[in-house]
Amino acid sequence: MKLITVSGPPSSGKTAVILQVAAHFRTAGKSIGAIKFDCLSSCDDELYERNQIPVKTGISGNLCPDHFFITNIENGLRWGKKHGFDVLFSESAGLCNRCSPHIKGICAVCVIDCLSGINTPKKIGPMLKFADYIAVTKGDIVSQAEREVFYAGIRRVNPKATVTFVNGITGQGSFKLAKFLAETPDTDTLEEKYLRFSMPSALCSYCAGQTRIGERYEMGSVRKMAFDDETGGGDAK
Amino acid sequence: MTREEITTTAANTPLRALFKKYPYTENFFAAARIDVLDDDMTALELIRTVPDAYLADYGYTRAGFLAQIAEFIAETENHPETPVRGIASLTILGGRDKSGNQEETEITIRRGEIISIVGPTGSGKSRLLEDIESLAQRDTPTNRQILVEGKEPDDDLRYHLENRLVAQLTQNMNFVMDVSAEEFIRLHAESRGVPEAEIADLCERILSCANALAGEQFTAQTALTQLSGGQSRALMIADTALLSESPVILIDEIENAGIDKKKALELLSDNGKIILMATHDPVLALSGNGRIVIENGGIRKFIPASAEERALLGVLSALDETMSRLKNRIRAGEVLGEEVRELFPQPSKIRTKEEF
Repeated sequence: MKLITVSGPPSSGKTAVILQVAAHFRTAGKSIGAIKFDCLSSCDDELYERNQIPVKTGISGNLCPDHFFITNIENGLRWGKKHGFDVLFSESAGLCNRCSPHIKGICAVCVIDCLSGINTPKKIGPMLKFADYIAVTKGDIVSQAEREVFYAGIRRVNPKATVTFVNGITGQGSFKLAKFLAETPDTDTLEEKYLRFSMPSALCSYCAGQTRIGERYEMGSVRKMAFDDETGGGDAK
Repeated sequence: MTREEITTTAANTPLRALFKKYPYTENFFAAARIDVLDDDMTALELIRTVPDAYLADYGYTRAGFLAQIAEFIAETENHPETPVRGIASLTILGGRDKSGNQEETEITIRRGEIISIVGPTGSGKSRLLEDIESLAQRDTPTNRQILVEGKEPDDDLRYHLENRLVAQLTQNMNFVMDVSAEEFIRLHAESRGVPEAEIADLCERILSCANALAGEQFTAQTALTQLSGGQSRALMIADTALLSESPVILIDEIENAGIDKKKALELLSDNGKIILMATHDPVLALSGNGRIVIENGGIRKFIPASAEERALLGVLSALDETMSRLKNRIRAGEVLGEEVRELFPQPSKIRTKEEF
């Protein structure tokens, strides 16, 4: 079974792109499954079901969604193998842009949309930087010039990936992506494999449910921004 | 240069010289917000001054940061972004439609020509465009083949044209940047690597072309967000004609865009582009060199431009112009009267309100 991790900012069109690609796989006689990782709620399972794609939804709730992903994906892979899928898509939204679900040796797709602004490729970091294939959506509703500027921005962050424009609604551009994915090798297990990028080390009192504000409630890994040009690390250097 | 040599050079060349030779490397430092205070330093010397924890926030190790710069230089220098070369012609060789029926077509489109694509929504226009965009070689669901200048494109040409073959202009397009018209053109020019010395002149040319298409004037300082629909479309068309390097342009239904559509097509075809245009506007469809009729995912037929149809253009254009004049009168707040009947060839066929 092929495992493909698909990441991207919320509402960038991940599900739409996966459904377009899945249609090509289906035509080729392949069976498809999907796992959707989300934070609070998800309605995308309905979209998958409407397209006759078996889907499991994982809601991370008050856990960090990326930690939740990595501690569940191995079982997800087993679920997919048990169902005999040829291709299993794992879809997760990068929320703080700090992390990426991409795993060494597993095909990694990043979906990013042109509407999100020209500086977005720089901002979303590892999700984009460590992807093998970057699918750019919503290119049909911004000007040609902005498409080109956006494309150049992506290239700068990730010169190695294949980058194409994919229209999640009409499917234009999805065949090329499907062809690329069809060539990825099968995955039997994720045991001992590595993440392409480490997940944050933050573990503070607020991770554990603290809601009150004030220095005496801050415990664990805490870092202070410099506001007076003298102390601190954080954002300023 | 081997990868090791590039890595060594990138790490040990003073930054001033590195940025001069590979201008794009400067962005790596800017993106990780590492200030270059002394460009006599080498990248290795500079990166040694940055704390581990700081680099880790940007996803780098010290060696990884330098390796990524080296890798980027290697990728860029191995595949230099040479300007896209003009293409004399594209040929579409038929494949099959959704039901598997063979398409008996071979359509060649030459530089400066305009071919319309007609057919209902969902009939397969997007598929045809994707075939052209990806230079399909009987390897897509339609089984079509696209020839470049009469020949099967080799891998080098396919790589050269990747993502740069087709520029698109559609009615649904918007500007999302919040910048002035001039800044917008400048950003586009910079992403294309246009030399600084040429940018000001290019801006002026694009703006004057756009103003000629739009009717209502705007200036270099006008914010994109303040442009009217027609002005936006005009700027997109002028920018695509003069600054986009793609040799093929796909236009999707620009007839209602509030611009001088005939002038727009002339501007694009005069700049040596191959133009494919989805349209249902009779004036536009008849102005081109022919039209592709799409049905059930396939090319049903190709109708070349004919003298008979061309002869109708005068009548159709006159109708169009009459309608524009009426639109302008409505816009100006006028009330239309009986005289409108006289404007059309067969006024008796136009029913009055009572007859409905």
